[in-house]
Amino acid sequence: MTDRLSAAFAAPGRKHRAILCPFVTAGYPSIDLLGPMLDSLQGAGAGCIELGIPFSDPIADGPTIQESYRLALEKGATVERILQAVEKIRGRGFALPIMAMASFSIIFKHGADAFAAHCAQAGVDGLILPDVPLEEAPAVVEALNRYKLKSSLLIAPTTAPDRRAKIAALCNGFIYYLSVTGITGERQTLPADVPLNLKALRALTPHPICVGFGISRPDQVAELAPLADGVIVGSAIIKSITRELAAASPDVPAALGRFASQLAAGLK
Amino acid sequence: MNSTALAQPSASEANRLSSRTVHESVGNTVATSHVPDAQGHFGPYGGVYVPETLMAAVSQLTQEYQRARNDPAFAEELDYYLRQFVGRKTPLYFARRLTELAGGAQIYLKREDLAHTGAHKINNTIGQGLLTLRMKKKRVIAETGAGQHGVATATAAAAFGLQCDVYMGAEDIRRQSLNVFRMKLMGARVVPVESGSRTLKDATNEAMRDWMGSVEHTHYIIGSVVGPHPFPQIVRDFQSIIGRETRAQALEMLGRLPDAIIACVGGGSNAAGMFYPFVDDADVKLFGVEAGGRGMLAGQHAASLSMGQPGVLHGSLSYVLQNSDGQTADVHSVSAGLDYPGVGPEHAYWKDTHRVQYFSITDTEALEAFSILARREGIIPALESAHAIAFAIKQAGQMSKNQMVIVNLSGRGDKDCMEVARLMDEQPQAGKKVP
Repeated sequence: MTDRLSAAFAAPGRKHRAILCPFVTAGYPSIDLLGPMLDSLQGAGAGCIELGIPFSDPIADGPTIQESYRLALEKGATVERILQAVEKIRGRGFALPIMAMASFSIIFKHGADAFAAHCAQAGVDGLILPDVPLEEAPAVVEALNRYKLKSSLLIAPTTAPDRRAKIAALCNGFIYYLSVTGITGERQTLPADVPLNLKALRALTPHPICVGFGISRPDQVAELAPLADGVIVGSAIIKSITRELAAASPDVPAALGRFASQLAAGLK
Repeated sequence: MNSTALAQPSASEANRLSSRTVHESVGNTVATSHVPDAQGHFGPYGGVYVPETLMAAVSQLTQEYQRARNDPAFAEELDYYLRQFVGRKTPLYFARRLTELAGGAQIYLKREDLAHTGAHKINNTIGQGLLTLRMKKKRVIAETGAGQHGVATATAAAAFGLQCDVYMGAEDIRRQSLNVFRMKLMGARVVPVESGSRTLKDATNEAMRDWMGSVEHTHYIIGSVVGPHPFPQIVRDFQSIIGRETRAQALEMLGRLPDAIIACVGGGSNAAGMFYPFVDDADVKLFGVEAGGRGMLAGQHAASLSMGQPGVLHGSLSYVLQNSDGQTADVHSVSAGLDYPGVGPEHAYWKDTHRVQYFSITDTEALEAFSILARREGIIPALESAHAIAFAIKQAGQMSKNQMVIVNLSGRGDKDCMEVARLMDEQPQAGKKVP
């Protein structure tokens, strides 16, 4: 049986191969809204969910995601509650792959083995490891493999070519290519070397390649869709949620869905 | 489970992946000075846990440092600046009246407070400043708590003609206004950090985020033996001048090594630099002194080694104060330089191998020692170093008069005078119980 992640990237009928991978912070604005938000994102045409497990000291994240993490933690978004929510969402048939992004601090504190077991049991499909580089990754990937969880590792514009090949060889989820040298958050324009880098990566791996960091608008999604297997939008999604909260929107998940639809339109 | 189909990791490797079992891989071994390994591991601790974006810079730094270490010209240049600019070597001073007060072992002070800029931090920033020049980078960034590392970085940047931005928690900017002024005077930009607890931890986060976007032309001068490999090693090595000098001075002045050495530990750079050259001298007892704050309740102290557990923060595995989900806990210390929830990985290694014993001293005890050293020796210590002094008085008192204790007086206390005056106004008993 094909796993959910592979199935999502292999789904037929799309002009370009790319799927939309929206990032949401688990617990922002609340754990209770996580299910309805994921449903809205699926309805809007998302292909894979990136679920950010909030962390007190994220290094790779800009102010928008940091603040959402802070608020989520303040409201009690523990790993236990987050995974309970995921399990509930899976229980009623949510079908998209869910890749959880977790800082190694959290994984290590629970123990890589125990954390992987818990994630797998809840219905998470894999982990994005934002701060576990190649040097430390093999043992972590092995722990995830034991529970059939996929591992997604990062490749940055600053990553040397031979190192890219090694990361690609170890990664069995999607490759997470960082479009910019810097932290998460919107950029007016994306670096000119993104297409070349994505093309070169393609030759290195049979696994899907997703591109993220700095992507916030439908035209940017459209620009990248022909070049990657997935386009990740994070800070812009969180900002849209914050905007709806500030406007006292009666239905935040529905509004999030509308925003994601605009992004997904870039795929067509 | 299909685990049998996969290669099994070795027990020690699996242990390294869990807070609960990580000690087991090192618990019964003897500490060695031959650490870290090529990947930056001190026993199970250390390593590199940063986003891939930083790996190119980290490996460039590792390579450049290896080249510099083997380059006599680098050693010569470093030595020149340490002597002629920093004013090394710093004295080893017999604290006669402090010794009388403690009533036991003879107490000697390693006078890092007499180094240029008033603290040991300059030893590291001169070294890393020279590395920056070798890497042909034009800009340096730093995090700072008490401001001593910020000042030392601004100083090196001014001396070497580098652009300099220092990240500093807004709360620390308030507590350490004198150092903020000094940094600006030397041409550095001081960037206030308003996120999180607005102290050292958050300044470190912000500096790392800056580096994520600026790695190509910027070097991050980390101020302590923390962060991803190779920083804990580089900072320890540059600070080891303290221990090497102390060792030679003890042999010369006293004809033998000391019985005990005491240093305060926040991130742990002055302690690492002092302890490291003595690690293989089994007869020399080593004591690290952490910030006990207002007491041992969670959130009231910054005693990562005494009260924390293995965890990951700022790019390496070490002891951290955090909750059961790996979220960093709030910490407190009267001393901005010790107000940090983590500690260098080599200290974690020394703790687990029992090479160094770690204790804590409360705010009140440190304030008392601050006044004691001022009145009895005419030396105003940094509040950080006052923690080491407070512990030394207790420890020396339990030792015999022919024994010898060396305290690393890591910095001078001018920067703390305003804050201590404020605290004395607030709680008139603070620092007043001076014999």
